Order: sequence, then structure tokens, then C-alpha cells
Amino acid sequence: MFDDRSPIYQQIAEKIKEDILAGVLQEDEKVMSTNQYSSFYRINPATAAKGFQQLLEEGILYKKRGIGMFVSQNARETLRQQRRERFFEEVVDAMVAEARMIGIPLADVIRRIQDADGGRS
Amino acid sequence: MSLSVHLRDLSLRYGETTALDGLSLELAGGKVYGLLGRNGSGKTSLLSVLAARRRASAGTVLVDGEDPFENTRIMRRTCFIRDEVDAYEQTSVRQALRFAARLRPHWDEDYAHHLVDTFKLPVKKKVSALSRGMKSALGITLGLACRAPLTIFDESYLGMDAPSRYAFYDELLSDYAENPRTIILSTHLIEEVNSLFEEIVILDNGRLVLHEEVDTLRARGVSVTGPAEVVDRFTAGLTVLGEQRLGNTKAVTVYERFDDARRRAARAAGLELGAVPVQDLFVHLTRQPEAQR
Repeated sequence: MFDDRSPIYQQIAEKIKEDILAGVLQEDEKVMSTNQYSSFYRINPATAAKGFQQLLEEGILYKKRGIGMFVSQNARETLRQQRRERFFEEVVDAMVAEARMIGIPLADVIRRIQDADGGRS
Repeated sequence: MSLSVHLRDLSLRYGETTALDGLSLELAGGKVYGLLGRNGSGKTSLLSVLAARRRASAGTVLVDGEDPFENTRIMRRTCFIRDEVDAYEQTSVRQALRFAARLRPHWDEDYAHHLVDTFKLPVKKKVSALSRGMKSALGITLGLACRAPLTIFDESYLGMDAPSRYAFYDELLSDYAENPRTIILSTHLIEEVNSLFEEIVILDNGRLVLHEEVDTLRARGVSVTGPAEVVDRFTAGLTVLGEQRLGNTKAVTVYERFDDARRRAARAAGLELGAVPVQDLFVHLTRQPEAQR
């Protein structure tokens, strides 16, 4: 279920972020409890709680005392903005490097992107 | 309702053999701890001392602030489940459960029934007639239903198939979430169970190698792969746990937390960084030069 690349609590936080980005979790919607996450993913409850704590600190979730955790009002937009900032470095630069390594002219790549866009640009 | 553990310079000797050698360890309690170590590293010896089955040869052992040995108050609140069921072989499963119910102050009868159903334990059978896996399932049922403030499972799943082990993990997590207590689980199935733990304790040769939060440990191990000279230059001065070579390519496992700057520097130098599974870290940390063994 979890890779070994990063602490599990970070992976829990990432999963919740993915759900918010994909619209599976809506703003002001209640998130499953740490104990539910713990049994669903078979992880220690304290580890799940740490992931939630990170999201609280980042302002992605907020807490209603005695009720649970909820998705913040602007969470989706905040996450989209963060992803946009990483997009060129992580996706585009990596693609350019790969294209160069295997000998695909960047002009071909650009044409492909324009085709995907229906020739609109 | 969970017990803390405090060990200072604990030693345990059987005749010529030193099983525990000046071990100091602090467990705050209320967490799920994983106890790892190679065969003969002292895991069962340590757990036996905690459960008052053996008396330390030297050093301090405090459970909930008291020496557990011949201490009824602590012993009643400690449950030690080994790979063998501590029941007279001639008793039936039902009798073993009744016995535990009488002896254990926090015993939950309904939960015990639920576990009997979950593991499909044959209650009328004699303990001696149970299969290896069923003996383990009985041990786990006793261990979970007694809800002891200090619960110890020492390789308690031996002979259980994967679905039964997963049922055990699910029960352990959900019951722990509802009834927090100190749980220590010794295991060789590191990859399978490490996500259940909050902290990991590694023993080797009767000594403490490491006591760390699991997530910290996960973030610690990094493998660095690339041209040998570049790897050597990059890893100089770091704690190297092991290395492998394939032609001019070298892979080095370091025990170090890499921050973003260091990760970027590695990538800029053309090096590949990889994660190290907890089990591999364990292998590296407990591997010793033959001469020392």
C-alpha cells in the first residue's frame, strides 16, 4: 500500500491532498477519522494522526472540536497553485531531458502538445 | 492505563552466555513498539525480563516505576504471549479462555468471543491437538482480550497463514485505537508489520542498536547510485552502511537524512537517490564483520 520512499505520515497527507484535488473530498466535507485511516491502511493511529497534523498546519484541513476534521474553504485552490509551481520543474523539465536523451527534437514535442490542444494555440 | 518501561544497564546471563549486555532503554508507554533483532540477539530474553519471567543479572528494570520481578501488581497488568501457548496441553480451548477470564482484571469476554469467531478457534478441542497456526491464534486471542496495560507478543503469529496474520493486525490496530495501551511486538516479518509500529527498537548481541520512530527511520536510509568516483566523493564523511558495485557503477547505502539541498546537489552531480526499505536498513545495521561474531 505504501512505498518506502517517504515517511508514511507524509504519504497519508499526500493521499488526502490528491482526494481534494480530484474533487473526491469537497470543501467543508468531513474527512474520515485517524482511526478509520489507521484501520483502512493498516498503519499505526499515531502515524495517521501525524499526517492529519501536517494538513492542519498547512491550512488544508480544519478541526471542529469533538466532531472531526474538515476540508478548508480554499484548500483545492491552494493545492492547485502549489502543483502549478512544481509542474514545469517536475513534469516539463523532466520531459525535455528525456526527449533530448532519446533524440526526439523539441519541435516534435511542441507539435504534439499543439495537436493535443486541438490546434487552438 | 498503559505501562512505561525503564531499563538501565540491564544484563542477563545464563551460565556462560550473556543474553543481554548493559541494555538501557526508555519506553514512554501507550504506543505500539516493534522489537527487531536477529536470532539470538536477546529479544526473548528482554521480553522475559519485562514480563517477570526472568530476573535480571544486573542493572535496573522498572515497569510503571516498579521492579516487575515477583511483583503481583505489575504481573497482573502484564500479558506475555510467546510463540507457544502457556496452557496445560490437556486443557481445552474453552478452559484456557475461562482461566484467562478469571485471572485477568481487564478481560473482555465479548471481545474474546469475537476473536474466537474471527480466527475460527475450535473451542472444544484440546490445546495439544491444535495446529501450529491455531495455537498461535489462541495466543493472540488471549493476548488481545486480556487488554493488559503492558501487552507483549513475541513472534506470536508463527504458523499463521497470511490472511490470519492480517486479521491479527487489523484486530490489533482497531483494539489499540479504542483501548490504548503499551504493546510490544517482536517480529522477523519487518516489511509486513512495520507500518503498525510507532517506534522501533533494534537489538543486536544483547545490546541496543537503535530506538527510533518508524517514520524517522524510513526517512533516514538513502541509497546513492552512480559512477564510483562521484559516489565516493558525494558520500565521503557520511555514515555508510553498505556498498555494492556493478562495473563502474556503485551503490552506497547511507544512514543519513538528506535535506532538499543535498538531494538537488546529488541530482546535479548525476547521482540517483533511492529509498531504503526498513528491512534493508535492519539488515545493514545488524550485519557485523565475521571476526566480531
